[in-house]
Amino acid sequence: MLTILFDGIAYGMLLFILAVGLAVTMGLMNFINLAHGAFAMVGGYITVLLMQKMDVPFLLCLPLAFVGAAVLGGILERTLYRPLYHKPHLDQVLFSIGLTFMAVATATYFIGSSQQNVQLPEWLKGRTELGEGAWMLGMGHYRLFIIAVCAALTVGLQYVLVKTRFGSRLRASVDDQRVAAGLGINVNTVFLGTFAVGSGLAGLGGALGAEVLGLDPSFPLKFMIYFLIVVAVGGTSSITGPLLAALLLGVADVAGKYYIPKMGGFIVYSLMIAILIWRPQGLFVRKGGK
Amino acid sequence: MHTAQDTLLSGGRWKRWEYPLWALALAVPLLLPSHALIVNEIAIVALFALALDLILGYTGIVSLGHAAFFGMGAYSAALFAKLVMPDPLLGLLVGIAAAGVLGALCSATILRGTDLTRLMVTLGVGLILMELANKLDWLTGGADGLQGVVMGPLLGRFEFDLYGQTAAWYSMTVLLLVFAVARRFVNSPFGATLKAIRDNRLRAMAIGIPVNSRLAVVYTVAAAVAGAAGALLAQTTGFASLDVFEFHRSADVMLILVIGGVGWLYGGVAGAIVFKLMQDAISSITPEYWTFWIGLFLVVLVSVGRERLIRPWTWFGRGAKGGQP
Repeated sequence: MLTILFDGIAYGMLLFILAVGLAVTMGLMNFINLAHGAFAMVGGYITVLLMQKMDVPFLLCLPLAFVGAAVLGGILERTLYRPLYHKPHLDQVLFSIGLTFMAVATATYFIGSSQQNVQLPEWLKGRTELGEGAWMLGMGHYRLFIIAVCAALTVGLQYVLVKTRFGSRLRASVDDQRVAAGLGINVNTVFLGTFAVGSGLAGLGGALGAEVLGLDPSFPLKFMIYFLIVVAVGGTSSITGPLLAALLLGVADVAGKYYIPKMGGFIVYSLMIAILIWRPQGLFVRKGGK
Repeated sequence: MHTAQDTLLSGGRWKRWEYPLWALALAVPLLLPSHALIVNEIAIVALFALALDLILGYTGIVSLGHAAFFGMGAYSAALFAKLVMPDPLLGLLVGIAAAGVLGALCSATILRGTDLTRLMVTLGVGLILMELANKLDWLTGGADGLQGVVMGPLLGRFEFDLYGQTAAWYSMTVLLLVFAVARRFVNSPFGATLKAIRDNRLRAMAIGIPVNSRLAVVYTVAAAVAGAAGALLAQTTGFASLDVFEFHRSADVMLILVIGGVGWLYGGVAGAIVFKLMQDAISSITPEYWTFWIGLFLVVLVSVGRERLIRPWTWFGRGAKGGQP
């Protein structure tokens, strides 16, 4: 049982890293970006291809996946996303669905539709077991690694957001874009930076998750709903909300699939609908925001 | 006074050019018998887009899960034909009723929250139904789809043939009937309140429109129409599979509606024709990658702006209608 909890937490942490960029950009620009998974897929493919074709070590691939996805995100933000910030939501949804479709077809064309595997280094392959019987805790080393990386990133993000100048600019822009601009904050640069970092985090999450979640061209569509759940349930005004939502989702999903495999994704979706009917603005909403 | 009333009523009236248009549409399966199958598909998709238009175009609810009702109609019609009796018209009614009941239940979920919340909830309902259809394999055949649906002859007289002529007429007739009813519906005072809700919900509430019950009713109606489209698909192909619940079906129908124009009943029909012909043409060139071109089309459509992109096209439309002021 503890093992399931552990796996659920690892899964939830991964989802958080994948979705946090979406939460921030959505809170910042009020932009419904369904193409977020495409950046994660880009990160995953960068890792897989670098490792297969050029024998780059796994640990070096992770920052490269981050940079690759971040650069792509920055370019797209500048060229395609920016004009759409003030369009109605319907346009944004259509635009990002279109982008997702293009990403899926492009990945199929260049890499093929088969599932890609990541060759983990030896030291990440093992599994440690603690305790006895029903309380046995089996920890895969790779999942432990995921939790460590994601926890470090979360702490880092929280630090940047709360303590640094960029963080306070970002929070000001999220709370009220117009007043922030009036105070001399260059909101466009903040948007650009945030979008790039958010996409980069998605890329990193995709690279980390290629082993756990699986990686094939339909990745953006398959996990889109999970990212959106994290954001919709967690709210967009802080990063603790999405974090808690991601952990909840991860544990619920893993436990549900383990105990009642016949129900499949049923539990997660029902839970989401129930929460959203109960609290349409998300579970963890800060008062006094927008 | 009189003129104001006239302008309000004229929207609901049948124009002179519409009779030959529909007559022509009904004659297509006869004129081009080899294309009857695609005519059938277009009619079904047009009906589905019409359903989405009722909630998206007229009421302003962004839904990414309208395929839930489409699939509900398809599965219940197919199951009815398989287990109870093969009469198509009764099956159609069953499909409509089942989707309508589901829509009435789901309408509780779309009353509150922002666009994002609605998007998530509609998407979630679609996914739950897909899971259900997948897991209840003793009833629905699971991932293999529901096979062995044999339809009886239409009205006890017209057999469904292999070339789809009967099917095309059947779907087209249903489309025409629903279209006529939907036009009455959106041009009624009830429809006017829907547009008021779309344009400004708060003000609509302030002038005494019962927003929640209006939303519930229109959502139910739209679900029932989508169910009719699904039932037609299941009946004319004799098959229902998990594909009817897929996400891309909801996305496609939204695209269709946007191509044709939201908040305009012909929008769904025009969009369905353009989309299906485009899909047919592109997928005959690159069967595997046609989603790329659809994606590109969407991105260009939104980035350039629909109005600008479509201007030459509407200009054509006006020319074709002939003599419209």
